Amino acid sequence: MKILMFGWEFPPHISGGLGTACYGLTKAMTKQDLEIIFIVPKAWGDEDQSLVKLVGANNIPVRIKKYSFRDESIKKAHNVQYVEIGSDLIPYVSTEEYYNIINNRVNTTKQLKQYTHTQELDTITFEGGYGGSLIHEVGAYARVARQIAQEFDFDIIHAHDWLTYDAGIAAKEVSGKPLVIHVHATEFDRSGMHVNQFVYDIERRGMHAADAIITVSNLTKSTVVNNYGVSESKVTTAYNGVDDVQLSTPQKFKKNVDDKIVTFLGRITFQKGPEYFLEAAAKVLQRKKNVKFVMAGSGDMFEKMMWRAAELGISENFYFTGFLRGDDVIHMLSISDVYVMPSVSEPFGISPLEAMRSNVPVIISKQSGVSEILKHAIKIDFWDVDSMADAIYGIVSYNGLDNMFKTYGKVEVDNLKWDSAAKTIKSIYQNTLSNA
Amino acid sequence: MKNICLHFQVHLPFKLRTYRFFDIGTDHYYYDDFLNKSTLLRVAKSSYIPMNTLLLDLIKKHKGKFKVNFSISGSAIEQFEKYTPEVIESFQELAKTGKVEFLAQPYNYSLASIKSEEEFRKQVEMHSNKIREVFNKTPKVFHNAHYIYSDYIGDMVLNMGYKGILIEGARHILGWKSPNFLYCSANNPKLKILLRNYKMSDDIALRFSNQAWDQWPLTADKMAGWIKNLPQDEEILNLCMDYETFGEYQHKSTGIFDFMKTLPDAILNHTDFSFTTFSEIIKDGQPVSVLSVPNTTSCADEERDISPWLGNNLQREAFDALYKHVDTMHAITDEYILQDWKYLQNSDNFYYMSTKFFADGNTPLKANPYPTPYEAFINFMNVIGDFNERVKKAPKTHEQIQFSKEELDQEIAKHTAALEQLIELKTKGNIKK
Repeated sequence: MKILMFGWEFPPHISGGLGTACYGLTKAMTKQDLEIIFIVPKAWGDEDQSLVKLVGANNIPVRIKKYSFRDESIKKAHNVQYVEIGSDLIPYVSTEEYYNIINNRVNTTKQLKQYTHTQELDTITFEGGYGGSLIHEVGAYARVARQIAQEFDFDIIHAHDWLTYDAGIAAKEVSGKPLVIHVHATEFDRSGMHVNQFVYDIERRGMHAADAIITVSNLTKSTVVNNYGVSESKVTTAYNGVDDVQLSTPQKFKKNVDDKIVTFLGRITFQKGPEYFLEAAAKVLQRKKNVKFVMAGSGDMFEKMMWRAAELGISENFYFTGFLRGDDVIHMLSISDVYVMPSVSEPFGISPLEAMRSNVPVIISKQSGVSEILKHAIKIDFWDVDSMADAIYGIVSYNGLDNMFKTYGKVEVDNLKWDSAAKTIKSIYQNTLSNA
Repeated sequence: MKNICLHFQVHLPFKLRTYRFFDIGTDHYYYDDFLNKSTLLRVAKSSYIPMNTLLLDLIKKHKGKFKVNFSISGSAIEQFEKYTPEVIESFQELAKTGKVEFLAQPYNYSLASIKSEEEFRKQVEMHSNKIREVFNKTPKVFHNAHYIYSDYIGDMVLNMGYKGILIEGARHILGWKSPNFLYCSANNPKLKILLRNYKMSDDIALRFSNQAWDQWPLTADKMAGWIKNLPQDEEILNLCMDYETFGEYQHKSTGIFDFMKTLPDAILNHTDFSFTTFSEIIKDGQPVSVLSVPNTTSCADEERDISPWLGNNLQREAFDALYKHVDTMHAITDEYILQDWKYLQNSDNFYYMSTKFFADGNTPLKANPYPTPYEAFINFMNVIGDFNERVKKAPKTHEQIQFSKEELDQEIAKHTAALEQLIELKTKGNIKK
């Protein structure tokens, strides 16, 4: 079975959990005899391509046809497939480039197979990541998707998160192949109740256009069913997994202090609940001084958190590291004694699994998808700062816990493999195809 | 003479409240009064009161032919006294009939027997005193918490003066032997051993309402039929279960009370068994064989060992953290500390930290207030943190200065004089403005 998969990022160029999840998932899916063509807006060239065929949308030559250019010579080139591009994309192409496009028109079929040759001529530029012109890029991605869907041969379309839903829909329209969308997060998780209408509309459109929906937890499933008006029968939960660690760089940080280290790792935004972590830290520090708290990540609440730490007078024991990437994350976890994920709303949450894999005890909020499957974790309500503080205090004070988490937590997390997610997804494909 | 012993265990722990680390040193009250009271009120209504009434009726109806045995833990009696005196009264009514026997236990359903002989002895004594005080009966047969037993525990029990002990009829101690005989300890044949028939006991306690069970529904006649078909030479059948089985674990709507109501008639009319008490068996019965139990056994799970309480590191650490005080406690006079020492030893506190139930899941934690073993552990250790401080600060008897009578008079005179001077200062108005 061949899958055309639309993603937004792929390791090592990641800004969130989505890239990691896509990597783990595609890797496991290839073991299930699934062939994947993975599309990202921008391929950097250094991604791990051993398992999946990775295509950067920025490498797809898009032949631009403007109505004003519809002259005799273009009409004659019957083998050229056209992609309609809106006027908002004009700035990406200079007049000189237009000239080249027109002159090269006869060769375009060949050029399609030699992406590098055409790269500078007629591709759409993507910034990648969550840039300022995100909305714009999402639209552009969908237009490119239409082209891609015609170039490749596949059986089913799989789109990860709202950024790619429009691309998925476009591909479905062109190819007539069924569309599966994979919900890693919804706008309600990211923004609480201050939902961005534009994003919501895209999500809703994607969910309704999809033939099947995969959610990462039952928590997300209920959001999809209740807030987007999707029939429950269309939605299936496939829990994420976690990969084995392979450090590519030597250990960067050494734990040089005797103090216990309690870590928060994630974007410092409303969704991740950093302020609850901070308040709990202040409570623990009232009683126990030899504990260091680390908030690793960046985000819109970063400054607010620093001010609050200073206001509570705990800056001496409360550290900010900024955004951590790749192996730094693993290193940070390896020197931690407790990992806290106080997310207000977390569709799944892979990071506690990574922490457990590094033998770190975890405290997670009940408002996370991962709490549905983890047993060897302390689960608290994100707002229950007292419980959180108590759990942190307990783990750093009472030695027995460490050992227990090492014995049971490691085993538990080792059993949470992407393979089971891949199996579930394969059966979703099969059902979708047989119903189509 | 063939005998059936019906035995009921009544136990309610003093459950701990959510005790945060910031309570350490500031708040010394550890118990969740609301939870304990509401649990008791519910169980009293669903189980204790209706069941006591039923048993009383049966005893009266059968005029001496129906007898039962009880083990009631000290913490259960204390909670009855505190919240539901009517339950105590109905147990007293039962005791007055003379057809009810009470067994001895460690006071607070503790695991003291595997830790300290002295503490164990003290708790058993405390328990039998309590039974004597409340029910005017002296226990003669011993029954350890959770049926925990080994040859060594048997020796301790015999040394305390008990001639019989009730233990679990675990297959790994019996082997091919049947639980339906009287045995004696291999270490000392003076200690007679009664065995719980766990198969038939659990048919009632665990499987009664299980519709997937091939013997469902279980009726009194069916039970009597099984008893009748027991091998001819088997002469004792010990049916032992939690008292809360009736009405709480097995809801009234399952017909459990009707089963109990008809059971005596069915057995007395259709079999040659009669109801009796453990001490009667101990008095007349002759052991058929010796039992050797070198390793500690219990009634729990398939393994029937002590792993549900001390199976993992959390449990062992918490257990050691508490019992490190075992030697200090003799010197403590503060009655509040002694009371907490008693309540904290409750075996349920360790049971809540068990990770075994994650794995098999077929033995639900009875009313476990904690979502995970980790939370149970943290909460308990917070309490221990506070308890440690209190024990450390409390005056110990051996540290107190001993006075002779003359010395004491001198001290009193000295302090009285100082006190008089102070009072004089005050009357003269020598007070800081």
